[in-house]
Amino acid sequence: MSLDEPKGHIGFTLNGDEITIPSPVTARLSEVLREVAGAKDVKVGCNAGDCGACTVLVDGAPVCACLTAVGQVSGRAVETQSGLVAGDVVAQRLARSFQRHQAAQCGICTPGMMVSAVALLRSGQTLDEARVADALGGVLCRCTGYRKIIAAVLDASESDPVAEGGVGARIERLDGWPKVSGTERFGDDVAPADALSVMVIRSPYHRAAFTFGDLESWREEAGLDLILTAADVPGDNLFGVIPGFIDQPVFAVDEAKYRGEPVAAVVGAAELLAALPPFPVTWEERPAVLTPEDAAKADLLHPTRAGNVMCRGYVARGDAAGAMKGASVRVSGDFSTGFIEHAYIEPEAASARRVGNRIEVSCCTQAPYMNRDGLAGILGLKPEDVRILPTAVGGGFGSKLDLSAQPYVALAAWILDRPVRMAYTRTESIATTTKRHPSAVHMEIGADEDGRIVAATFDGVFNTGAYSSWGPTVANRVPIHASGPYLTPNYEAKSAGIHTNTVSCGAFRGFGVPQSAVAQEQLYDMLADRLGIDRLELRRRNAIRNGEPTVTGQVFETGMGIDACFDALKPEWDRALAEAEAHNAARPARRRGVGVAGGWYGCGNTSMSNPSTIRAGVTPAGEVMLHQGAVDIGQGSNTVIAQIFATALGVPVSAVTLVGADTDVTPDAGKTSASRQTFVTGNAARLAGEALRAQILRLGNGGQGAEITPAGDGIALTEDGVTRRVPLPEAEGYALEVVETYDPPTLPMDANGQGSPYAVFGTAAQMVELEVDMELGTVRLLKFTAAHDVGRAINPLLAEGQIEGGIAQGIGLAMMESFIPGRTENLHDYLIPTIGDVPAIESILIESGDMHGPYGAKGLGEHCLIPTAPAVLNAIAHASGARIHHLPATPDRVRAAILAKGH
Amino acid sequence: MTLHRPESLDAALALLEGGGVLLAGGTDVYPALRDGAPPSAMIDLTGVAGLRGITRDGSGWRIGAATTWTDVIRAALPPCFDGLKLAAREVGSVQIQNAGTVAGNICNASPAADGVPALLTLEAEVEVAGAGGTRRVALSDFILGPRQTNLRGGEIVTALLIPDVPGQGGFLKLGARKYLVISIAMVAAVVETRAGRIAGARVAVGACSPVARRLPALEAALAGATLADVPAICASAPLDLSPIDDVRASAAYRAESVRTLISRTLSQAMEAAHVA
Repeated sequence: MSLDEPKGHIGFTLNGDEITIPSPVTARLSEVLREVAGAKDVKVGCNAGDCGACTVLVDGAPVCACLTAVGQVSGRAVETQSGLVAGDVVAQRLARSFQRHQAAQCGICTPGMMVSAVALLRSGQTLDEARVADALGGVLCRCTGYRKIIAAVLDASESDPVAEGGVGARIERLDGWPKVSGTERFGDDVAPADALSVMVIRSPYHRAAFTFGDLESWREEAGLDLILTAADVPGDNLFGVIPGFIDQPVFAVDEAKYRGEPVAAVVGAAELLAALPPFPVTWEERPAVLTPEDAAKADLLHPTRAGNVMCRGYVARGDAAGAMKGASVRVSGDFSTGFIEHAYIEPEAASARRVGNRIEVSCCTQAPYMNRDGLAGILGLKPEDVRILPTAVGGGFGSKLDLSAQPYVALAAWILDRPVRMAYTRTESIATTTKRHPSAVHMEIGADEDGRIVAATFDGVFNTGAYSSWGPTVANRVPIHASGPYLTPNYEAKSAGIHTNTVSCGAFRGFGVPQSAVAQEQLYDMLADRLGIDRLELRRRNAIRNGEPTVTGQVFETGMGIDACFDALKPEWDRALAEAEAHNAARPARRRGVGVAGGWYGCGNTSMSNPSTIRAGVTPAGEVMLHQGAVDIGQGSNTVIAQIFATALGVPVSAVTLVGADTDVTPDAGKTSASRQTFVTGNAARLAGEALRAQILRLGNGGQGAEITPAGDGIALTEDGVTRRVPLPEAEGYALEVVETYDPPTLPMDANGQGSPYAVFGTAAQMVELEVDMELGTVRLLKFTAAHDVGRAINPLLAEGQIEGGIAQGIGLAMMESFIPGRTENLHDYLIPTIGDVPAIESILIESGDMHGPYGAKGLGEHCLIPTAPAVLNAIAHASGARIHHLPATPDRVRAAILAKGH
Repeated sequence: MTLHRPESLDAALALLEGGGVLLAGGTDVYPALRDGAPPSAMIDLTGVAGLRGITRDGSGWRIGAATTWTDVIRAALPPCFDGLKLAAREVGSVQIQNAGTVAGNICNASPAADGVPALLTLEAEVEVAGAGGTRRVALSDFILGPRQTNLRGGEIVTALLIPDVPGQGGFLKLGARKYLVISIAMVAAVVETRAGRIAGARVAVGACSPVARRLPALEAALAGATLADVPAICASAPLDLSPIDDVRASAAYRAESVRTLISRTLSQAMEAAHVA
């Protein structure tokens, strides 16, 4: 330490400014930069050097701030994303390039990515993809699939992004600049400086009874402000997401049912929480069940659910058993997948403050209104007395639909009348928030000699964990989708969600459909091989077409575009097969393979109302305000909804000001899940834009073709070359206002699952080329080609981003991901793909035009990863003969399958 | 909470007498805290004079304890170090390579420490300073088991000492993804060839035993082998390894794949030597 630093202080240069700050000098640099120096652009994703989100430059070299003692930077120069973009020409070019390429989706990894990239760009090296990957390999991204990040770094030029355009335009992300300049604020970034912290006391056992010691005297001795247990919950000590399945306690009572279940929470100053004596709780470990097989005979987790069966799903059509007997060719198999972690780079975070008799909660969430209603129940308040202020969300993928930190901060702030904050640690995030359901599937498919599917039967068992969360949705969705997008006249599909003593499984991009596709699409390849039919051709032959019934008997007259997706792959398929054959002719140690898979997904809730409401207004000054409550978790709803609204209203998108999301000012646009926002909220935005346009035209006596221009002090209408001002009414709030709601038309299903569960299906076909190292069982991906029927691409650049990110998650599902409770609770044992694991991706957007979607658009978010894993597995089998039934296809499993084949 | 930043080895040793956790790059110390608070006293070795850098030292090389992996990558070193350089590039990520140190890697004593196999093939010795002066111990005797070394209380590793060894280095790491990955298995080799035949080979394997180790029986079997002989020798030679099942791979897979990995590492080194 230099001599002129006061004791307990440290001096260094932060983004060009010399600063001296009080700090315990052994504290992590990341924490001090955020909490003391205010550099909230330094993100904390893991505190272990595993994610790189906290990357800063120290004397020009990128390091993880979470692994650096703040005392070690004494007298040195520290640079962060916001400082670089404010003052460094290279970083400014890079930021514009990130915007141009939409290299930031949620934006939580963007600081780490950009800081690492600046160091590379400053080095003056000649850049290529490999160099960029080496330089950025230490930063994980869960949204983008990395391809647009690589493109942005390679293209860090002076060019400007596309700023203007309505439906169909590749415009930059409207909320993107804060993400690329370091001013975006995520869940933990908005916590008030004077907030107390909460730490949750969790069960260390899969199942255990517990009793507390003398909590009050322990609290006093520890100097804490509050201890929360079930006894302190003023409303219902329960939460959940599906009526009839609200079964998860905020704090367990008497027995904890999974490892990590909360039993209490302590509230106090952060420095006290960091060094607490052991919490006074006594555990009595009890026998636990971790798998559905063991659950049938085990103690019931929920007394009313016999056999620990949470619920079942069923779809039947025709005579599956009879038709299967008559099939010329039958294939069947067992397939399984493990727990999959969402692994967004932003752990859950929330803060709360009490305002009179209302509670305000800032949090990273996918479902503000569901959070509001859930917290109201827990706090015993009216929903209107709970305000949810969604922050930027650093990735969600389904798990941030559920409540996590919100109840603890809300309860503590409510009781103490002081602001309270909480950020989950990475371990907490992985161990205790919802997962993708582990699946065990048996499926049989029969076809005639021409390869026409005559029957399919499916039996899927899903480990839903201790509590229901979105388990019922998975159980319902899977039987509807397990046929894949193929005409399947005779069909019987059963599913069951089974409780075990594991973390609850819930929503994760695809709601069980990716798991069923792993079975069905691999069986299609096995069928094609048996019949000697080209694998793409078999799928093309069976692709469901407009006018043909799905397995629920629903018939789409337009918009079923899966045949077009397969057709779009044909040229690449033929090329890739020829190349693989030529490569393999020399019998190399690394054999090439090509795989293909299809997928489909119904957008929106299954056979249930799921409306979205959009509010918009024009101020007396002529400013157009769009109250946009469809939370943007990186997928781009802030941009897409604005593009749709601007097009419907007939104004440039730059003339629209976004408001929200905030449950006090934005109406309920539903949850960001089920690939519904572009479709459902998009339709509400279209209706709102059209209604507002009609009001303006009426007021200004304009014809249908009149051009609307916000004019700074009002609205101008131009028609036939003549411009005139529209008189706007005097008003306190908006001079003009519209509120429009859209609810997709669906019909309930009967006991056999027959009905019209979705208004829209999106479809996709993906192929992959890869290389299998026959001796080591390692797999190198070479290229994806992905054809997606998006109906209409509102913003093709955003659509590509969804596809690339979905594929990256599908790669993880196929090749490396598996959460083991108690074992892989960090990001070095739980592996997700890095920048070196995602190959080139060519996206082909099919625009079939949907009957219901806004301007024909469909949802896309979940479709992107459904075909990926089976396509990879099919390619591995094509290359090596090794068929992987039990995921992930890690090198040891691939090698074992190769050996079993006798290679 | 105190972070001592001594500028001399004597000062560091004196501070250590009073207790405290040694800190260099922080890439193992901080993750090991999990979510706990840092220890109240830490002694940062990165400011100690003479502890960082690679220098010529008599008849060999001296890698200062606080030398980072990036320093290793950038240093001009003879071909026997190529395996160590390749290993350095596989340490975590650029961020970890910029901070993490060579001595930290051996003191952390992970069975999957990326640097250890290559250092074993370089016949590295560890220089340890304590109140009573310095001592030297072979690296193979320094790491005793997972997270166990023979470093005694009050001692600090000051350098790795590497004799001039002939030959060409090679290194391969097998993992389930490209970056930021803990090895399933890894192999380092230094191979000296004469007229296309192996005159001397040193081979070490990591992540297949509690401590990375040299394979003397295999090394002996390789004597006189040509490039074409290598796969068969690697397929059959006795390997004194004891791989385990863990989340990264099965023991059976490790036992089998490591032979392929060894063969390829030897080929890598022999082909590089041929080009050179």
